[in-house]
Amino acid sequence: MATLNIEIDGRALQVESGDTIMDAANQAGITIPHFCYHKKLSIAANCRMCLVQVEKAPKPLPACATPVTDGMKVHTRSEYAIDAQKSVMEFLLINHPLDCPICDQGGECTLQDLAVGYGGSSSRYQEVKRVVREKNLGPLIATDMTRCIHCTRCIRFGQEIAGVMELGMPGRGEHAEVMPFLENQVASELSGNVIDLCPVGALTSKPFRYTARTWELSRRASISPHDSLGSNLEVHVKDNRVMRVLPRENEDVNECWLADRDRFSYEGLNTPERLTQPMVKQDGQWVETTWQAALEHVADKLKSIPAGQIGALSTPYRPAEELFLLQKLMRGLGSGNVDHRLRQSDFSLDDKAHGGFWLGMPVTYMSRLDRMLVVGSNLRKDHPLMAHRIRESVRWHGQLNMINAHEDEFLGKVHAKRIVAPSQLATSLAGVCRALAELKNMPVPGIAAHGAVDDTARKMAESISGGSQGATDRGRAVFLGNMAQHHPGYSQIHALAQEVARLAGASFGVLGEAANSVGAVAVGAIPICGPLGQPAIKGLNAWQMLAQPLRAYLLLGVEAELDTHDPVSAMASIDAAEFVVVMSPYKGKSLDYADVLLPIAPWTETSGTFVNTEGRIQSFSAVVKPLGETRPAWKVLRVLGNLLGLAGFDHNDSKEVLRDALGETPTGSVQAFLSNEVGSVAAALPQPGDGLERVAEVPIYQTDAVVRRSPSLQMTQDAALPVARMHSRLIARLGLQENGRVSVRQTASALTLKVQRDDLLPDTCVRIPSGHPLTAGLGPMFGPITAEPV
Amino acid sequence: MSLLAPTSQVCSWTQALDDPASLATYVANGGYQALRRVVTEQMPGDAIIAELKTSALRGRGGAGFPTGLKWSFMPRAFPGDKYIVCNSDEGEPGTFKDRDILRYNPHQLIEGMAIAGYVLGAKVGYNYIHGEIFEIYDIFERALKEAREAGYLGDNLFGTDFCFQLHAHHGYGAYICGEETALLESIEGKKGQPRFKPPFPASFGLYGKPTTINNTETLASVPWIMQHGGQAFLELGKPNNGGAKLFSISGHVNKPGNYEVPLGTPFSELLQMAGGVRSGHQLKAVIPGGSSAPVLPAGIMMDCTMDFDSIAKAGSMLGSGAVIVMDETVCMVRALERLSYFYFEESCGQCTPCREGTGWMYRVIHRIEHGQGRPEDMDLLNSVAGHIGGHTICALGDAAAMPVQSFLKHFGHEFEHHIEHKRCMV
Repeated sequence: MATLNIEIDGRALQVESGDTIMDAANQAGITIPHFCYHKKLSIAANCRMCLVQVEKAPKPLPACATPVTDGMKVHTRSEYAIDAQKSVMEFLLINHPLDCPICDQGGECTLQDLAVGYGGSSSRYQEVKRVVREKNLGPLIATDMTRCIHCTRCIRFGQEIAGVMELGMPGRGEHAEVMPFLENQVASELSGNVIDLCPVGALTSKPFRYTARTWELSRRASISPHDSLGSNLEVHVKDNRVMRVLPRENEDVNECWLADRDRFSYEGLNTPERLTQPMVKQDGQWVETTWQAALEHVADKLKSIPAGQIGALSTPYRPAEELFLLQKLMRGLGSGNVDHRLRQSDFSLDDKAHGGFWLGMPVTYMSRLDRMLVVGSNLRKDHPLMAHRIRESVRWHGQLNMINAHEDEFLGKVHAKRIVAPSQLATSLAGVCRALAELKNMPVPGIAAHGAVDDTARKMAESISGGSQGATDRGRAVFLGNMAQHHPGYSQIHALAQEVARLAGASFGVLGEAANSVGAVAVGAIPICGPLGQPAIKGLNAWQMLAQPLRAYLLLGVEAELDTHDPVSAMASIDAAEFVVVMSPYKGKSLDYADVLLPIAPWTETSGTFVNTEGRIQSFSAVVKPLGETRPAWKVLRVLGNLLGLAGFDHNDSKEVLRDALGETPTGSVQAFLSNEVGSVAAALPQPGDGLERVAEVPIYQTDAVVRRSPSLQMTQDAALPVARMHSRLIARLGLQENGRVSVRQTASALTLKVQRDDLLPDTCVRIPSGHPLTAGLGPMFGPITAEPV
Repeated sequence: MSLLAPTSQVCSWTQALDDPASLATYVANGGYQALRRVVTEQMPGDAIIAELKTSALRGRGGAGFPTGLKWSFMPRAFPGDKYIVCNSDEGEPGTFKDRDILRYNPHQLIEGMAIAGYVLGAKVGYNYIHGEIFEIYDIFERALKEAREAGYLGDNLFGTDFCFQLHAHHGYGAYICGEETALLESIEGKKGQPRFKPPFPASFGLYGKPTTINNTETLASVPWIMQHGGQAFLELGKPNNGGAKLFSISGHVNKPGNYEVPLGTPFSELLQMAGGVRSGHQLKAVIPGGSSAPVLPAGIMMDCTMDFDSIAKAGSMLGSGAVIVMDETVCMVRALERLSYFYFEESCGQCTPCREGTGWMYRVIHRIEHGQGRPEDMDLLNSVAGHIGGHTICALGDAAAMPVQSFLKHFGHEFEHHIEHKRCMV
């Protein structure tokens, strides 16, 4: 890149060739007014607000789209430039309503701000103003299309970032209108970002609408508790209540984006379902009590039960401090019965792992990968912003290969894909592994011996081993998704993926399931080791704890009927236990099965730490005070530890807890602990599949307790009632009707669901989501299922 | 008439013949000889471009850009795909010349495009035909079929390794699709909206590949130049304004129609060819180059010759050669109202000044025409037009502003009369 000498407003600057005037001005800290320009989107040059004077140019030029040339002299504030900018502002305002006092954007509106500098105090426009009909963009985005200034940022966002063009601008001239092509069809999991992008009040947040003015809000930093990216949040608070959530820019994590789940889940914080007072069940009746009494009751009860008969379960959606203290409490009592991997079903890697599983690379690398193989992942719904990064890689001519049990539109080019029944997932991967060994003239790894090589396997093998060298930026990567981790043959899949990555010279990563999947393992909330892999009392894993009843359960933020791999057996065990303590921000179903309910803080009401899937340690503070008698869970556990007479429960704040868990240099310690390597796993021959298999994913808005209670997210298409999806061949074979009803049964009672045709599924599978109250009574996420006409 | 003799009928010579659009007529009169010679003799592209530069052929679509220069911008050595595109989307009010070339002489355009493809290294060409002319589209498709069957289009033409495919693309009638980059978007199947330049089509054109876009008449002139030489073409016209040009004469003349005359022909002569102003009336004003060109009063116009430089000197543009003649019965306010409505209706809506400003201007002029003008309206119109012109992505903004500014400049008194008396002067 050549360096060019230019001058902006009399300041001599050195800039790279290829930069635009806008880039150069931004680097020099010179502000040029603009609407349509956005650093993450393509250049449109349609608002014309950034017109500047360039010497020797016959007319003013748009700074956003004009490349610099050597010796260029630019004036952004000359009379000529200002006249051009003011004329554009006048044009923008003639048809823009003067409704700032009732506009949600008021106070944070680019048009309003720039109108102060460039607008006239009165309008020369005396004609009738344009009125544009409202559009229905679904439950998340409110519209006021008369305010639209046609900058097309929202349209470009759809095409370029979300990967789907849900908005467009049909019509010409004054009739040009931004609209969805189909009513209520803005369903992208990233759709909320258009609210931030809209420089005027045309697109605003529907849940937030008319609830507060921007200047009344305190802005507080936080971290998203949902997916394993750990998006950085700016939580806006008024009167001790979270009013809305916006992205906090962090180029290494979420850039300037936010998934809708991170943005709108806050609505679940303020529901009437919140538990605000400790409660104890006495003679079958719930009685509100004090913290002192409740915790003493819990301590007394726990002391009376052998530690090996107590099971402590939590979820990877809870902060690391809480998970650390939970395991410390259990191990202090003399039991290693602690786990957070509630949806996992194959734990045989526990004694073969060399450390905590993680992404295997920094998140930023995902935007520039050359060759990818993703196994068992519903990328877009499980990791919306990491899917965006992979889409970016694909746009950079990266090749994405997928092996999965179902196919949801990735919204990007997929080089090769294989959709097989869950029981065949490992076999398919073995085929790729075998093809790769043959391609490289290497011995076929024992675990892949049964793999069948076909054209698809060869295509994937060639792809994943090709491209540029190295397992780093612009390199190759193999990723395992949530479905792979929940799969009953996870150890096989993991070991095979490890071999594929080794043979291909690729990086190997596990896409963490939730905000703290890495952190939970790092702080020892697993039954095989303590923090950072240190030896500790071992115990039962989540599956074992729930397969047959223990006498007592300690549930930290768990909704057992929704969060577990097999809700039927989990609930049977929990119902049979003599003492169940539920620590949760919500009452929920636990009113039926708990003996003590302890109100603990959701992430907005406690300090804590999430360790994201790349091992990034992100601590956060409470943004609001706890609701009612709610307390941060780390404090509750500390007091409980004290009441149980355990040593080492004397932390003064959550930072001390973190230091206790991860030492003085947590980042280094965690990085050193992370490893996806596992010892050798014996090949397990695939079970001959006879009969139907269930395919289950956790829907994007059913992942955790907060999301489940966000009314707006629950109104989206992604939160539609579960249906039984089947291939049309299967529908015909079973004598069912598309859109008719089917009776499905796994291990427990039968359930009647609507039949939906999905010809992308293998014809031996019935796809029914888990994590939903409607399907909780079915059984495990995978395994045999029967389906028959009602 | 034929292509064999260097007459001043560069594009319209077939009109006098029987079955003018047929391949047989064209070939019998010297058609495709130039292409055959260029291809079989492996004539260097540089030589052909030099010939075009000598000819002083300037773009017939409106801007009058020298064609030889435009072709020289094309990265001919670029190894990938390149395209030649013909702009037959004549939508400029007053212009109806390209459709006559397509109707009466389609093969000369096909030959011109094939030569362009040869010079520019384009293996594929597209002819984007205006969406509202259906019969003519069919005529051109028939001509393509004939040319393909006769081996003037296709692979390995004349036994050489030169391949050239040509396709017709029927638009949907939007004026903006005549803007070259909007036309490219439209061919690509997108909404016809101009692209911001740079990059120019020569580096980033159709499907992102180097592309040259020329007007129908421009490309159809190429075989004539290759047949008779650039110098002959130049001498047909006048320096810097080579060749003859089709003028579409409409309005208050006795014989409206297309007339092909050498550039530099006095306007008065052209007017005579069109039968003069309709009987008993006086010439009042002329828009010499299509509705976007500034209007000129009769006095100025009668002193002009019909070529790019003379008209520019008089303060207007030769544009596409659409001569709109108005006699003294024309109310200039009403005429401008109609013109400004056109630009209001045809603005693509992409960029702010044109989307908002064309409607503003139209509404103000509409008010004046309907007796609701205000004294400040003329200044307002001038100011708004000035703020649209030069501030937009494409030239439609300028095209909308120039009529307003020129009507106010030359016929301001009629607007004043309208505003003051709430009624027409004429």
